[in-house]
Amino acid sequence: MSDITIRVENLSKQYKIGAPQQRHDALKGLDQDLIIERHDTLKDLLTHGLKGLFHRNSQSEIFWALKDVSFEVKQGEVVGVIGSNGAGKSTLLKILSRITKPTEGRAEIYGRVVSLLEVGTGFHPELTGRENVYLNGAILGMKKAEIDRKFDEIVDFSGVEKFIDTPVKHYSSGMSVRLAFAVAAHLEPEILIVDEVLAVGDATFQKKCLGKIENVARAGRTVLIVSHNMPTIQGLCSKCFLLKGGQIIAKGSPRSVVEQYCADVSSNTSTPLWQRKDRKGTGEIRFIDASILDANGRRIDVALSGQDVNIAVSYRARDDKPISGLDVHIGFFSTFGQYMFTCSSEESGHPFDLFPSSGQVTCHIPELPLTPGAYVFNLFSTVRGVVSDWVQQVGPLTVTAGDYFGTGKLKDHEQGFLVKHKWSIEPHVNLSDRLDD
Amino acid sequence: MNMKITSSPSQAGRSPLVSAMTTPSVVIEPSRGLFHLDLGAIWQYRELLYFLVWRDVKVRYKQTVIGVGWVILQPLLTMMIFTVVFGKFAKIPSDGLPYSIFAYTALLPWTYFSQAASRSGTGVVINANLVKKVYFPRLIIPLVSVVAPIVDLCFSFLVLLGLMVWFGIAPNWGVLALPLFLFLALMTALAVGLWLSPLNVKYRDVGYAIPFLVQFWMYASPIVYPVSLVPEKWRLLYSLNPMVGVVEGFRWSLLGKQSPDFGMMAVSVAMVLVLLISGIVYFNQMEPTFADVI
Repeated sequence: MSDITIRVENLSKQYKIGAPQQRHDALKGLDQDLIIERHDTLKDLLTHGLKGLFHRNSQSEIFWALKDVSFEVKQGEVVGVIGSNGAGKSTLLKILSRITKPTEGRAEIYGRVVSLLEVGTGFHPELTGRENVYLNGAILGMKKAEIDRKFDEIVDFSGVEKFIDTPVKHYSSGMSVRLAFAVAAHLEPEILIVDEVLAVGDATFQKKCLGKIENVARAGRTVLIVSHNMPTIQGLCSKCFLLKGGQIIAKGSPRSVVEQYCADVSSNTSTPLWQRKDRKGTGEIRFIDASILDANGRRIDVALSGQDVNIAVSYRARDDKPISGLDVHIGFFSTFGQYMFTCSSEESGHPFDLFPSSGQVTCHIPELPLTPGAYVFNLFSTVRGVVSDWVQQVGPLTVTAGDYFGTGKLKDHEQGFLVKHKWSIEPHVNLSDRLDD
Repeated sequence: MNMKITSSPSQAGRSPLVSAMTTPSVVIEPSRGLFHLDLGAIWQYRELLYFLVWRDVKVRYKQTVIGVGWVILQPLLTMMIFTVVFGKFAKIPSDGLPYSIFAYTALLPWTYFSQAASRSGTGVVINANLVKKVYFPRLIIPLVSVVAPIVDLCFSFLVLLGLMVWFGIAPNWGVLALPLFLFLALMTALAVGLWLSPLNVKYRDVGYAIPFLVQFWMYASPIVYPVSLVPEKWRLLYSLNPMVGVVEGFRWSLLGKQSPDFGMMAVSVAMVLVLLISGIVYFNQMEPTFADVI
């Protein structure tokens, strides 16, 4: 007799990197970890012959999104999986959810699994709320009889009774998320595999989501949760795994693993960029140094909210020849891996058509819109559409309180953004008339 | 694929917390083996199949103003155009039947087939949001696409009944074989879907090629002309097109003209089997990559 509910042995998944069609998703780590496959066209088929029908493009670079991952989860454990973007978290979830297959290794799951990678999968805008409840329920593996039984409860929970027979396209996004979550909340899994990204929406709704996950955990069911939110992991989980480069590098109590994660991020960012080996891409160009400068070009360790900053990135091309078609991205994340924003030279209208074989690219960010806190940035580049260099956690960016609004009144904020804005107020001229309406 | 499911989630779902399960309910392994048709898994997900068909049908009728009207109008208008262009102007023979009913009887399975084939050919891409977020046997997608248009077929069949009354044509016992021919059309469309939908995941060009393919296929089938127009020596080659057997079968069982050439029918059936089995192999081969490539 064993009380193991998930057993994973040497699970590995290989991907081939093509052109960066989906690099935005990849960069944000919102959807996939690092899947930047491109859609082939018939032209590729004609040039690479029929083998392309059965095999993928062999010219692309191979990398392991997961490599020899093994672990066991016991009945009733709540396991958190953390790691920076591209560490393999989503790949692990996808394999355990059977959405994609491992390249090697094996996993065994004992019990009824429900995996929630998103709420409202399959919602159809033309169908009514009622119809979508049934459709979504069926997609998540509920039987019709089961949905029939729970239908009233689901509708109650969602709070959209009035509009249950209205097509979902007329719902506000909040309403459809609530309805979708209500369906998910009424699943009765023995094992819940969940991506915390689904806890979107306002703070109240997030709390509701997490509360529901907590209930599942308290009922003695097994939960595997991927999260960027360290307080959530520490509050919810009994055990934690740290993924890095597709491997589990730490297992244990949430507290110790989260600490190791933070230490890992800072050790990454303190390694000189040219010595970093954990990079991806063709190497047509390589980033060799990156630093944060103030408006006068002085290196700074700490930036103020609202300060004009420059990110200066030095690079060197593999061949000592000028190259064309460079696009550089700088992606900003919180130290916990939450995506903040990306600066792209191409998107902002500064394509580097022809550039010298070595040099320095500078990105100017006026009035840094980040609240005080610890951030890290990633560097990503493509040459004529092909990923040439990609390094995560290149450097830390510590932000302290600055006078962003020029009012001297900036209070403490949670990690996040500041946005320039204005307010106005006008008196109602005919208030009594309006109230009469 | 190679997901061995030894206890269905439905069974496990209602039981109390299982702490001492000795066999895993799900085993996740790399895929191997060429031919693997897990009908058990599809059966297990039959309710999802039902709901997806139901969704497709519902959405199809919801989005249009005339709703069901279009389903009837499409083959009916096509029939009128064909009757004028091919029947009256080009004077194409119709085996002694009124040209309009001759064409409409062929258009029934043809409209179904073209719908089913093009929907199943693009199905995986259209349902990309599901493929990327939830597990179910992917074979469900082409299955849904070939089942849903049957509802359309039923409506346009009513029009045929009206036409038969109008022209005073009564079917004989051959009408009992009608479901067999429909089944043959369904299998043909499924085979096409099994081949095209993985291709479409990888090469989006396929989505653009399908309408052309369908149009080409129509002229390669006896829709606007009778098989008797095809020279004898080419008949065998001609019947490699399974829709030849289907259309001939429909005309024979409904309009009771001369019985179809069973040699040709056998060739059609054999062709469907080849396409279907190879299609399953190909689909299975490509299925594990859908979520990664799509």
